[in-house]
Amino acid sequence: MGMYNDKVMDHFMNPHNVGELENPDGVGKYGSPVCGDMMQIMIKVSDDKITDAKFKTFGCGSAIASSSIATDMIIGKTIDEALEMTNKQIVDELGGLPAVKIHCSVLADHAIKAAIYDYAKKNNKEYEGLKGFDPNAEEDEHEQPEGCSGGCGK
Amino acid sequence: MKEVYLDYSATTPVKKEVFEEMAPYFTEHFGNPSSLYKIASESKEALNLARKRLADLINASPEEIFFTGSGTEADNWAVFGTLDAMKKKGNHMITSSIEHHAIMHTAQYLMKRGIDATFLSVDKEGIISPAELEKSINDKTVLVSLMMVNNEVGSIEPIKELALVAKKHGVLFHTDAVQALGNVPIDVKELGVDMMSLSSHKIYGPKGVGALYIRKGVRISNFVHGGAQENKKRAGTENLAGIVGFGKAAELANKNLTDHINRLTELRNYFIDRVKGSIKDVNINGSMDHRHPGNANITFNYIEGEAILLLLNEKGIYVSTGSACSSASLSPSHVLAAMGVPVEMIHGTIRFTMGDFTTKEDLDYTVEALKEIITKLREVSSVSEEKGW
Repeated sequence: MGMYNDKVMDHFMNPHNVGELENPDGVGKYGSPVCGDMMQIMIKVSDDKITDAKFKTFGCGSAIASSSIATDMIIGKTIDEALEMTNKQIVDELGGLPAVKIHCSVLADHAIKAAIYDYAKKNNKEYEGLKGFDPNAEEDEHEQPEGCSGGCGK
Repeated sequence: MKEVYLDYSATTPVKKEVFEEMAPYFTEHFGNPSSLYKIASESKEALNLARKRLADLINASPEEIFFTGSGTEADNWAVFGTLDAMKKKGNHMITSSIEHHAIMHTAQYLMKRGIDATFLSVDKEGIISPAELEKSINDKTVLVSLMMVNNEVGSIEPIKELALVAKKHGVLFHTDAVQALGNVPIDVKELGVDMMSLSSHKIYGPKGVGALYIRKGVRISNFVHGGAQENKKRAGTENLAGIVGFGKAAELANKNLTDHINRLTELRNYFIDRVKGSIKDVNINGSMDHRHPGNANITFNYIEGEAILLLLNEKGIYVSTGSACSSASLSPSHVLAAMGVPVEMIHGTIRFTMGDFTTKEDLDYTVEALKEIITKLREVSSVSEEKGW
């Protein structure tokens, strides 16, 4: 296609960590099918460390690739380390995304933070990196695609 | 790797016979048709033959055919030229919500410059209603421009009935027949249209050539200004080899029309039946009764079109999508939206268009690839039949 580099294509065609966890400690969802992509990320946490992560994504090639690499990146990290991660790191790890697809990395980053937020809420924990984070910010409920603020279908 | 081209509505390969007829007009017969010596008059004759061949395909007179640089230019000319010529009479045009961007964006541009435009809705099969057209005509209406065959879902519009409504109210009627040409029978007299846009590269001719049919007696201003080419209506030295190619392609299309339609209809129906039979949660968009013979527009629920397109591409299968994600504009198909297809489903829509070089084996290969790809993407997807959208 020429649109994506080999690494993005590899993560898209052979995505890592696809699926759902049986008893997840945190679940984050971000995006909406109306906007063209929706990610669900589940995490398993033990001793403040992310021990496993799985994703399911409705979306374009770069959305799936971003989900795949982002889940790879957080497994083994502490919650604080995972919260420090930025969408730019996801893009860099993928070796770059086309400008119009950068939002896919934002979605993945947001979905991860939403999963951690869910974990923190369930366990009455507070993290510096979650301050000011709103899991529902700019999320679905958009009737019109014009209202979509993330995602490749923006 | 096997390659299967299923995007004939985007463009077609130039047929060998067409290319062979064009070739000498690049090198030997290069004379400018406007000049007065022997090699120039040969060029002029070649233009006239092409004009006659294209006119024959739509039952027009050769002097009603004006070559342009593209179907898009023909569309722009019809709209700009008519509104300019008729500006004393009115400033209202009527078009539809499923037009090609060549009409849609032209109308939107003109709306910022004092033109009033009405965009007719369509039913869920993508068909425009003559009754709604009649209701939209007012005393300022000077042009109706409605496409003959839609490029995305292949719906064939009731042009004869629509043109009759316009005629009854003394309003000029233009149709964009770029997707119709060579794929449905066209008789401009029978249809009763005043103008018709045509394009070469959709009928196995070269790119860079189009034409506007203008019925004798229709008043229209020039769009491209300059020399006296095309009976002083469209300036610019003619794309001689391109026009020769368009003419040859039109001749072939005319000769093969019935076989072409029958063959494509059979292939298309075979493909749709196989997809429906082997993949669940699919919807066929558009009318099955009034449809371009080679068009299959299919929504695969719960997954996104660009992802499907990329995986098909990996298998050498070339298609296009109504999804926002793969288009440069990043907006989902306005045609499917106008038909009431929910946006989340538009994202998962693929257009397969077949043509003269498509074989049953190509379609079998595509169905097998689709079965694998759709299953794989649905496994990855966060939405499903059980979970809902």
